[in-house]
Amino acid sequence: MRKKFIVAATIAAISNINPVWADSDIEALRKQVEALKKDYEQRINALENRLQQSEENAQLAQQKVEQIVDKVENTKSTSSAGQSNFNPAVSVILDGRYADFDNDPDAYELPGFMLGNEAGLGEDGFSIGHTEIAFSANIDDKFYGKATLAIHDHEGETETDLEEAYIQTLGLGNGLTVKAGRFYSAIGYLNEQHEHTWDFADAPLIYRGLFGNQLRDDGLQITYVAPTDLFMQVGSELFRGDRFPGGGDHDGVGAWTVFANIGGDIGIEHSWQLGFNHWRENDVNGRTSGGHSHGGAATETPSFSGDSKISSLDLVYKWAPNGNPTSQNFKFQFEYFDRREDGNITMLNSGPPEEVSTYDGQQDGWYAQAVYQFKPHWRTGIRYDRLSSNNKGSDDDVLAEAGLDDEGHTPERYSAMLEWLPSEYSRIRLQFNRDDSYEDADNQIFLQYTHSLGSHGAHQF
Amino acid sequence: MYKQIKTHLFVLLIFSLWASNSHSEINVFACEPEWASLVQNLGGSKVNVFSATTALQDPHHIQARPSLIAKARRADLLICTGAELETGWLPLLLRKSGNGKILPGQPGHFMSADHVTLLEKPKLLDRSQGDVHADGNPHIHLDPNRIMLIAEALASTLSRIDPDNQSYYQKNWTSFKDTWSKAITKWEQHSQSLRGKKIVVNHNSWVYLENWLSLERVATLEPKPGIAPSSAHLAQVLAELKDNQADMILYATYQNDKAVRWLAHKTHIPVVALDFSVSSDETLFQWYERILNQLLDSK
Repeated sequence: MRKKFIVAATIAAISNINPVWADSDIEALRKQVEALKKDYEQRINALENRLQQSEENAQLAQQKVEQIVDKVENTKSTSSAGQSNFNPAVSVILDGRYADFDNDPDAYELPGFMLGNEAGLGEDGFSIGHTEIAFSANIDDKFYGKATLAIHDHEGETETDLEEAYIQTLGLGNGLTVKAGRFYSAIGYLNEQHEHTWDFADAPLIYRGLFGNQLRDDGLQITYVAPTDLFMQVGSELFRGDRFPGGGDHDGVGAWTVFANIGGDIGIEHSWQLGFNHWRENDVNGRTSGGHSHGGAATETPSFSGDSKISSLDLVYKWAPNGNPTSQNFKFQFEYFDRREDGNITMLNSGPPEEVSTYDGQQDGWYAQAVYQFKPHWRTGIRYDRLSSNNKGSDDDVLAEAGLDDEGHTPERYSAMLEWLPSEYSRIRLQFNRDDSYEDADNQIFLQYTHSLGSHGAHQF
Repeated sequence: MYKQIKTHLFVLLIFSLWASNSHSEINVFACEPEWASLVQNLGGSKVNVFSATTALQDPHHIQARPSLIAKARRADLLICTGAELETGWLPLLLRKSGNGKILPGQPGHFMSADHVTLLEKPKLLDRSQGDVHADGNPHIHLDPNRIMLIAEALASTLSRIDPDNQSYYQKNWTSFKDTWSKAITKWEQHSQSLRGKKIVVNHNSWVYLENWLSLERVATLEPKPGIAPSSAHLAQVLAELKDNQADMILYATYQNDKAVRWLAHKTHIPVVALDFSVSSDETLFQWYERILNQLLDSK
C-alpha cells in the first residue's frame, strides 16, 4: 500500500517537473492519480467509520458494566434489607362450595359405624368450607415449626380450631426426625395431607367412619429413613389419646402408632409407595358420638369404652410422561382399614337404669381412586368406597341405637369429579356422588373452589 | 480391664469410621442435570452423582417422590439452582430426609444462584404477575460465564467437604477453567451471526442466553410466567409479529408445544426446540455445542 503511494507521489512529482511530456500522457497520469486519491479517501473514510464504531462499542460495553454494577448493588441492598425473609411463611386457604343433596344431609348415617362430630355431609346450598390460615418457618438451624388455624361453620356458629401446632427437628442426622405438638398422624396415606390437597371434595367413607374424617392428636412422632436406595421409612407416634376416635382423659400415653413405608421409582415415568400402619388405644374411656333425641326427651348419646386397634395398608402409584407431571399425569391410590374393638357401649342419658351392652366390634373398609390430568389445567377422577361391619354385643337394641348395627346394608359410594386449575394456586371442582351409605341412596353434587393465598408450601408425594 | 476393652472398641470405631470415609466417594444430589454434569467435571472419580431431574422434566414442578427422599438421605452434597426454582419440592425433601449435612448453612448445601448475580429481579411481588421468583430469573445455567463463577465456588466447596482430595479438585478446576474459557471464546466466535436475531419464547427461561448471544426477545407466549398462553394473548402476539417479524421461536422440550406450533403455523417462523439441560449421554460442553448448533442451523 505504502509502496503504491510512493510510486504515485513520484509520478506526480515527475509530471510536475517534466513539461516536455505529451499532453495525452499527462492526462492519463492525472487520471491515475485521481483514481488513487479516491481510493485512499474511501479507505480513510472506512477506517474512520470503524474507529467511530469501536468507540460506540466501548461505550456500550461501559454501559453494560454499569448496568451489571447497578444490578449487583440492587442485589446487595435487597439482601440486607430482606427482613421479611425472616417472617414466617403465611398462607391462607379459601374454600367455598355449593352443594345439592337429594336427601336431608342432617339425616346422614353410616350403618355399623359411630360417627364423630365432624363426620357430617355439610350444608345444602352455598356454604364456606374449610378456611385455613397457616404459618410456617424454620425456627433456627435445628427446628422447623408450623401452626394451622382452621375456621369453619358448625351448626350455625363459626368455630376456630387449632388444627396443627408442631415443631419438627431439622437435620438431626442419620435419617432421624422428631416432631412434637399437635399434628395429623402419619398413619394412612391421605390422613397426613390437608383437606385442600385432597382430590375429592369429601373424605373417603372409611376415614369418615373411623376418624371423623382425619386423625390428629397431641403427642410425639419419631421417624427414621434408612440409608438405602429404596425408600424405607419406619416411625412411631405417642399420643395423648383423648381425641376421637380415642376418648377419656389420659395423663400419659393414651394411644400409639407404628408405621412403615417403602417406595421408589420404576424407570423414569413410574413411582410408587406402599405403607403399613397400626394405631392402638387400650383405654378408650367414653368416646361419644352424635346422639339421637327421642320426642323432646334428653338426647341419648352412645358412648364407647374399651380397647381399640386399627390396622391399615395403603398403596399409591403415579405416572407422568418422561416423569414430567406438568402437562399430563396419572395417580392411583388404594387404602384399606380394619378396626377391632372390645368393650362396652353405654347410652348416656337413657333409663334409669342406663342401657349398657358389651361390644365386640369388627369394621373394615376401603376405597380406590384414580385421577388423570389429561391436559394442562384439567383433571378428572373417579373413586369407589366400600365399608362393612360385623359388630356383636349382649344387647342388640343398644347397638342398633348406637348406630353399630349394619342394618343389613353394605355402605358404598361412587364418585366422579372434574377439576379446572387455572394456576397452581386455584382450583374449581365439580363432583358427583352416588352415595349408598345408608338405605336411601343419595345423589350429591358439589361445586367447589379452593384457592390459596400467600406462600404455598410444597405438597407431599 | 473394662477400660481397656472400652479403649479398644473406641479405637476400632474410629478406625472403621476413618476407613469407611477414606474409601467412600462423595454422594452428590444434584437437582438438575447441568449441575450433575458440572460436579462430575470437577469431582471426577471422587464423586458419585445423582440427578433428581432429567432435561425433559420441568424443574419448577417435581414431586418429592420417595426415591428422591431416599437419595437426599444419603447425600454429602446438595447442588441446586436455588433462587426459588425448586421451592415446590426441595424444602420437603430436606425436612423428610433427616440429613443434617445438606441443610441451609452447611457446606453441603450449594445453591448456584448464590454465587452469581441474577437478572430480572421483580420490582413487584404479586401473584397476578404469574409465577415470579423474588430473587430474579433462576435459569442461570444458560450463561457460560456464570457457569464459570459457579464452577469456581463449587470446586472450593468440594475441597471443604472432602479436604483429603483438595489438590485433586483444584487440578480439575484449573483444567476445567482452561477448557471452558477456550470453549466460550470458540462459541462466541461461531455464534456471531446470531447477534441481534429476534426471537419469540414460550416461557421466559432464556434471558441469560439472550444476554450472552445478544438475542432480542420480541414476544413471550405465556402472558405471565407459568400461566399457559390464552388465545387472546396469542392473537395479540400474532398481531405484534406482523409489524416486527421474528427470526425464530424458542421453547424447551419439556414444555407443551401447542401454542408454539400454532404460532409457527400462522407465521412460518422456524421453531427451535432446545433441551433445557444436559441429556444423560452427554457432557455440559456437548450440550452447549448442541444447542448453539441448533440455533445456528435454524437461520
